[in-house]
Amino acid sequence: MVERINFTLNGKAVNLTVDSDRLLLWVLRTDLGLTGTKYGCGESFCGACTVLVNDEAVRSCQTQVKEVKGKSVVTIEGLMKNEKLHPLQKAFMDHDALQCGYCTPGMILTAYSLLKKNPKPSRTEIIEGMNDNLCRCGAHNRIIQAIETASKKMEGGF
Amino acid sequence: MEENKILEMDFKDTPTESLIGRRNFIKVVGGGIFILFNYWDVSVFAQERRNRSGQQDLPSDFNAFLRISEDGRVTCYTGKIEMGQGIITSLSQEIADELDVSIDMVDMVMGDTDLCPYDMGTFGSLTTRFFGPALRAAAAEGRQILLELAFEKLNIPFKNLETENGFVIDKNNKKNKLSYAQLAEGKKIERHLKEKAELKKPSEFKIIGKSFNRRDAFEKVTGKAKYSGDIQLPEMLYAKILRPPAHGAKLVSVDLSEAAKIKNVVVVHEGDFVAVLHKYPDVAEEAFSKIKSKFDRTNSGIDDKNIFDHLLKSASKGQVIAKEGDLKKGESDSKEIISETYLDGYKAHAPIEPHTAVVNIEGGKVTVWASTQTPFGAKEEVANELGISSKNVRVIPPFVGGGFGGKTRNIQIVEAARLAKLTGKPVQVAWTRKEEFFNDSFRPAAIVKINSGINKKGKISFWDYHVYYAGERGAQHFYNIQNSSTTVYGSGWGGTSAHPFATGAWRAPGNNTNTFARESQIDIMAAKAGIDPLEFRLQNLTDKKMRRVLETAAEKFGWKKSKFPSGRGFGIALGIDAGTYVAAIAEVDVNKNSGEVKVKKVVCAQDMGLAINPEGAAIQMEGCITMGLGYALKEDIHFKDGEIFDLNFDTYEIPRFSWLPKIETIILDNKDSAPQGGGEPAIILMGAVVANAIFDATGKRIYQLPMNPERVKEALKNS
Repeated sequence: MVERINFTLNGKAVNLTVDSDRLLLWVLRTDLGLTGTKYGCGESFCGACTVLVNDEAVRSCQTQVKEVKGKSVVTIEGLMKNEKLHPLQKAFMDHDALQCGYCTPGMILTAYSLLKKNPKPSRTEIIEGMNDNLCRCGAHNRIIQAIETASKKMEGGF
Repeated sequence: MEENKILEMDFKDTPTESLIGRRNFIKVVGGGIFILFNYWDVSVFAQERRNRSGQQDLPSDFNAFLRISEDGRVTCYTGKIEMGQGIITSLSQEIADELDVSIDMVDMVMGDTDLCPYDMGTFGSLTTRFFGPALRAAAAEGRQILLELAFEKLNIPFKNLETENGFVIDKNNKKNKLSYAQLAEGKKIERHLKEKAELKKPSEFKIIGKSFNRRDAFEKVTGKAKYSGDIQLPEMLYAKILRPPAHGAKLVSVDLSEAAKIKNVVVVHEGDFVAVLHKYPDVAEEAFSKIKSKFDRTNSGIDDKNIFDHLLKSASKGQVIAKEGDLKKGESDSKEIISETYLDGYKAHAPIEPHTAVVNIEGGKVTVWASTQTPFGAKEEVANELGISSKNVRVIPPFVGGGFGGKTRNIQIVEAARLAKLTGKPVQVAWTRKEEFFNDSFRPAAIVKINSGINKKGKISFWDYHVYYAGERGAQHFYNIQNSSTTVYGSGWGGTSAHPFATGAWRAPGNNTNTFARESQIDIMAAKAGIDPLEFRLQNLTDKKMRRVLETAAEKFGWKKSKFPSGRGFGIALGIDAGTYVAAIAEVDVNKNSGEVKVKKVVCAQDMGLAINPEGAAIQMEGCITMGLGYALKEDIHFKDGEIFDLNFDTYEIPRFSWLPKIETIILDNKDSAPQGGGEPAIILMGAVVANAIFDATGKRIYQLPMNPERVKEALKNS
């Protein structure tokens, strides 16, 4: 159904007239031009399309745009504040926690949501929290280290 | 044709010695200082390259160049592409060190077919081995030119000049200096690399051999990095293409009427090529779901279980690629003879970014953005498809979201070109995950048969090796065996109708299968001889380099001699790939009830000659070990009658965080030797090292990859 959908995107109000059954992934990428959110599998198995909805990591390939009505959506493009990298982004860079980089936005946003709920996760908790995000290049160990570093840096602050 | 040439090279593991750069001279126009160079000349490919350079204004007889611009920045133009392997960083380091500039002053222009000279593609761990040394020589030449220019301007003795951080400086008066920008200003200098300029010695390195973070990380952590699917053009249409349900199936009928009812959907139907397009990909997908089609399927009866019999029956005559001594004599000297067969199923590349392409045709010029390891191959393919000269085709590879050998085929690009021509609009073809699995050129299923013996002294008395369909990369052993023979049946890729679908190069093509078989067989012989597997290997190895790598790994692991199998779950494997010698020792835990294998620890040592970016190389080793767990434990393509049953990550399980072992990597210090491959070697060990560790843990051996819970349980049952 075509309707008006209001939500906050990366801190700014968005007002769309759109078929509200459409998937958030494609609305973000095409209508709104934010291509940092990636298609990986289309069936929620890989996590490349992860975005934050009210600080919760969700798979945008399984989320209809009507589900974010009135909510706050954050994509990888919205993580920098005042030209400053988020500690998670910085830690991913410092640890070389990426290779091809295609899964990286989803990894970082999943980690963000994890730290929001559990600011000081153990290694085991990080593995559990990240386990449904896939990386083919094999950057896993460094991603875990990056999340540990960011967790220490942030001390619960976002 | 292009693809087969690449595969031929890739499955052979091009020896480092065989490609020596030829220097040619050409004309190029522009401002600044240009250094043109050529980094390989395999005679069989040289003619090819000359014939089809097809570039406007760019010469055909060199294949990369460096430019020192009037702002002092240095740019490298190369046909290589970045797909995660990190050459965007390591190549910059080589330039920066030889030219005495900071790495931040170096720009890489990669794979753009209008800006970069012809390159066959990014595969086979060729970049660092072959391109790197020539690049360094070009940079060293650039430094020489800058010194000469400064000499003319400063009018002081040449020997008093030195370079430092983007300046030529008078050694005796450091204030007397000229920046590279000042020297390049207003110049139009073209130099062709004739002789190898003098390269820095390892003791002089400031940047090479030091660890640098990835140079593309900022773009990649902020979402700014553009991949092919992120290219959006005005009026662009997203396409969904109808695929058969199984390989070999033929389209009988199609009803597009319901799909066409969706507003603004464009329908294409040309023979058996059927597609729907829309300005939104999800609407195109919706239209796609309304297509009614009927296919005629062929029932070959071939599936993932009987494929090995089928392949053996279809095998062509073997080719002996190595022979030494007398097998018969070796056999008669044997105390024990072991004959085994090893099997490996089809594997998918499964990069997280599926194949994607955007094609725009405008005023006779075609521009392509695509995820490809072979942009120059794509340029030709698009030209052929559109029936135009390749001079009018430009391919720009944005960041590539993983390739692993799977993106040397450019089917999606040709499809996008065809649709762009038919619709008159820019078109994006981005395969769904299902299409990615269905259209993949899988790592080939393969069989290895080994007949070998040991004598009374615990020495290998003979080795008779037969490999079917994996190809020759990694097929030859490196042990000290007097009587041995290696026979290869069929190539490691397509080229044969025996496979029910396309096969191709998969990270270290063939070597994963060959090393799994060889190192399993070595372990079996050690067990038969009643000798510790480390000791058995060492007493059959005279190759100093390999011994050193193995001993380093064993020391780091803390290997202690034991009866074999020991019950500890320790496994060893060795191999050579892309000129790099590599050894790994793993510790596993086998759950005897579930059959699940948990790899707890992997220690991996490698001698890769000079490591340009040690941290980058370590990352590649970690990536190899992690990715390799997949083919060792779970990855397998299930199919029947051409239908692929694994079409997403639910059934095709790739390694995830919870699989991760503790990984320790060691890169042996060997700065004085030429750099060797880094992106592939360590992955070749993962099948064997896990198989050998499972044997050590349980006393049971698994002869087929992957070693999934069913196979482990089956092995444990057979006592």
